[in-house]
Amino acid sequence: MKVRILSAFVAAALLLAGCGGTSQTAGPSAGALSGSITVFAASSLTAAFGTIGGDFQKAYPGTTVDFSFAGSSTLVAQIQQGAIGDIFASADQPNMQKLVNAGLTSGSPSIFARNKLQIVVPAGNPKHVSGLADLGRSGLIVVLCAPSVPCGRYAAQALQKANVMVKPASEESDVKAVLTKVALGEADAGIVYVTDVKAAGAQVKGIDIPDALNVIADYPIVVLKDSQNIALARAFIGYLHANGLKTLARYGFLLA
Amino acid sequence: MGSSSRKPRGFSAPPLFVVLAGVGAVFFVLPLAGLLVRTPWRSAWQLLTSPEAITALGLSLVASLSATAIAVVLGVPLAWTFARVAFPGRALLRALTVLPMVLPPVVGGVALLTAFGRRGLLGGWLEQAFGIHLPFTTAGAVLAETFVAMPFLVITVEAGLRGMDLRFEDAARTLGARRWTVTWRVTLPLVRPSLIAGAVLCWARALGEFGATITFAGNFPGRTQTMPLAVYLALQTNPDAAIVLSLVLLAVSLVVLIGLRDRWLGAS
Repeated sequence: MKVRILSAFVAAALLLAGCGGTSQTAGPSAGALSGSITVFAASSLTAAFGTIGGDFQKAYPGTTVDFSFAGSSTLVAQIQQGAIGDIFASADQPNMQKLVNAGLTSGSPSIFARNKLQIVVPAGNPKHVSGLADLGRSGLIVVLCAPSVPCGRYAAQALQKANVMVKPASEESDVKAVLTKVALGEADAGIVYVTDVKAAGAQVKGIDIPDALNVIADYPIVVLKDSQNIALARAFIGYLHANGLKTLARYGFLLA
Repeated sequence: MGSSSRKPRGFSAPPLFVVLAGVGAVFFVLPLAGLLVRTPWRSAWQLLTSPEAITALGLSLVASLSATAIAVVLGVPLAWTFARVAFPGRALLRALTVLPMVLPPVVGGVALLTAFGRRGLLGGWLEQAFGIHLPFTTAGAVLAETFVAMPFLVITVEAGLRGMDLRFEDAARTLGARRWTVTWRVTLPLVRPSLIAGAVLCWARALGEFGATITFAGNFPGRTQTMPLAVYLALQTNPDAAIVLSLVLLAVSLVVLIGLRDRWLGAS
């Protein structure tokens, strides 16, 4: 009997979890803009976009901006499988290009920010990592993004430029997972974006990669073809370019 | 209705129930049909026999079977304790051991890190004393699968033990059998159907484990990248491969569940 109650509970929880889609709340609006949009954004934008979304909603009362953060390639897969949203912000060009090629975007993408890589180590740097060359040391547990994820591809490019062979302990599905493994002390080092190290605070320490070996990541943003609220989506992107740059810089992004 | 309860084939089921049952069945069948429709049959064999797929499948089999073996060795005594021994806190302990069934697996993975991770309660000592490092290893993947899957074995075996006729054990004891002999020769053979059913459910759950594994053990081909992880990563770059791999997982589980149902899972 207990088992049956338990499984009913599980089923209900799964159903509820599946219902968290987009809801078009047509609230009363002060200006011309109203309703809600969903922004699919790369994990590395989590903190900055959270703040910018809040600012936007304050500037345009009656509007709602919801975010869905994940690895850029995961988001592309979701959109290709029919996920409903209004905006896609990618951490790289190839993933954006996939959506453009698939005819799922409206208008051409614009680049709003850039990012670069940094080595991340646990606070105190217990294994004394000082640069990319150290990541090839045997006995050092290094965690990278999977090669299919932008941060993984960039990391591979940087390591190639530095001529370092790394045997990663794990290839994580997104940049936040790399950060978590390092912050928890499970990994001795990882390669993530400068902005991730900044967002993680005192738990981790960032070690700069010289510009000659570093990779600059472009962040393009675009309105999705199936957007239910194109006016609001365009307004958000406009706001991002005009008023969001200061916030992005504060979170460590380089401006486009 | 009462008099017809013995009638076979259930023609007397209330129409509403039939409709709801139909909706329920469609709910389960439709997603599977979707996978079948989207399967790229022409390239299926090539995708399946790719080195990546074979590696992931092999690792999945090794890890899930190891997890099941550990679950049987530890879970049967645990189930026996829950069914037969009254001790303070039994209800709480029992709830805690079943918790992984409802816990989001990712949370389970984080919990495992706090216990067996390098800075975990036991993990730090394991590494210092024995040089054992579980995260990012196949052993870590087995540990994660065991954590999530063992409850299925425990509750199934416990139910079997509770439903057992205790007089057989009493009789054996009266005839002079020692405790170990009673357990080994009387109790375990009697709960064999539950044990096999529990082990199969446990194995199927271990085979499909994703969240705890990727969180605790990470993702590396050949070491910790089991089938579900390979499916998840392939979905981002090669959806066709992801669908074919999913189908294999489905087929393997389905064959085993159907094959065992008639023999052990069905009503006796």
